[in-house]
Amino acid sequence: MIITQKKPIEELMAMLEGATKIALLGCGSCATACATGGEKELKEMTAYLESHGKKVVATAMSDYCCMNMSTKTCMKKLAAAQPDAVVCMSCGDGVQVAAKHIGVPVYPSNNTMFLGESVRLGLFEEACHLCGNCVLGTTGGICPISRCAKSLVNGPCGGQKNGKCEVNPENDCAWIMIYHKLEELGQLEKLTQTRPDKGYADVSYPRTINIRGKK
Amino acid sequence: MRLLENALESGKFGVTVEMAPPKGYDFSEQMEAAELLKGKVHGVNVTDMQSACLKATSLGLCIKLKQAGLEPIIQMTGRDRSRMAIMGEMFSAAAFGIDTMLALTGDHPVVGDCSQSKPVYDLDSVGILNMLSTMEATGMDCGGNEIPGGAPKFYKGAVVTPVYEPQILQINKLRQKVDAGAQYIQTQGIFDLESMKRFMDAVDKANIKTHIMAGIIPLKAAGMAKYMNENVPGIAVPQDMIDKLAAAAAEGKEKGVKGLPTKLGIEMAAELIAKIKDEGICDGVHIMAIGAEKNVPAILEKAGLSI
Ligand code: SF4
Ligand code: SF4
Repeated sequence: MIITQKKPIEELMAMLEGATKIALLGCGSCATACATGGEKELKEMTAYLESHGKKVVATAMSDYCCMNMSTKTCMKKLAAAQPDAVVCMSCGDGVQVAAKHIGVPVYPSNNTMFLGESVRLGLFEEACHLCGNCVLGTTGGICPISRCAKSLVNGPCGGQKNGKCEVNPENDCAWIMIYHKLEELGQLEKLTQTRPDKGYADVSYPRTINIRGKK
Repeated sequence: MRLLENALESGKFGVTVEMAPPKGYDFSEQMEAAELLKGKVHGVNVTDMQSACLKATSLGLCIKLKQAGLEPIIQMTGRDRSRMAIMGEMFSAAAFGIDTMLALTGDHPVVGDCSQSKPVYDLDSVGILNMLSTMEATGMDCGGNEIPGGAPKFYKGAVVTPVYEPQILQINKLRQKVDAGAQYIQTQGIFDLESMKRFMDAVDKANIKTHIMAGIIPLKAAGMAKYMNENVPGIAVPQDMIDKLAAAAAEGKEKGVKGLPTKLGIEMAAELIAKIKDEGICDGVHIMAIGAEKNVPAILEKAGLSI
């Protein structure tokens, strides 16, 4: 899931300077789970804007702001209300999809933080850096690229203390976690496998994947 | 010159000392210490922004030391440089006659004094060693292009943390470093023979063949030891050493004499070095005096060590 966090409201209000008629777009998936762009937050945003001199002329919820089909329909509805600006309450990807479908500015109300796990209500942990060549099969299902502060793939640095990372003692050392998991799985021999250098040529962005066989 | 290589590979006890470049461009303090070390060590190992604190680069001080007639060892971390930058830096080092290097992953910028700097970590310590070994074997650069005039060759080293739980993780990483081309290894600072012996046993059991140099940190005060115990990973100063340093400080206060704990620290370091050498525990020592490099000749003399 894409983890988002609300921007300070002053930052959004600065973006909206000069715009009076505002349309709001919420997101029914990740941003709903992160409590940054669901139905409830949409209502709260409406109330806030209305009490600060703006007029909310339309609202819509896209099932997935990042999916063109679903968002296009929502944007048609918002455009019909002729807003001065749209506030998109999803991740940065959703904001970009929304912006494609309207001729007025679309402003983000969130900061997009990371790809991660919703551990429990209100607690999110980073878990994948989208490295393009997943090594989880050799690391007990724990990602060394996103969970080790230095993205080390060949085992730990010398720095953990009591299982905590030298970079931020709030975090568990990824390699100590990997060690315990591999031990539990009876796969400790995987620790000794050297991981070939993946390089970065294959992950130069922006990337496109096409499984349609045609454009 | 390859002093360290010649010493270790011919079975001599290797001695290196660590030195940090300055923050800024006044190298005079380092060069003064260097004069005192001339002819007394197999190499001066120049740090690469240790603890992620901004300093002049390792290459800069290495060149200065080389010009002053010492044997510099260039440290190279993956923290601030991509593979291209590392390889380019090594070409430059070779052009100045620097032939010995130490590969490290590097401390994270966030714990240093320029915390907004971007961490690079294109390659970790194992990756740097692999890249240089491949370069030496093939004569090609990191993009697979031929290097006109051939690849420079380095005596390559790496580090290990002996006091580490679970130890198998460090042993495993050590094996990867040696397989990747590390010919000598220096350890994190050790303070008691027993933990060093335990570590060497584990290395033997794992059948890893390399030259290991014990890291020696001369202590200057009880407070320094306590601070390191609490904050520096892999450091475990025994309590009786801390007590002795505290007693020396108290004695100094009573008698109005300054510098007793430092003196004791020099003696303890010398004693440890002498024991390591006499008992043949490992192949050499690497002294990390943390700014007090001028004390190193006294330590070597007390330990009865000459090269
Ligand atoms: S190795 Fe980690 S960063 Fe790479 S794809 Fe797998 S989970 Fe994501
Ligand atoms: S302590 Fe562990 S998680 Fe932190 S940088 Fe070192 S290896 Fe990575």
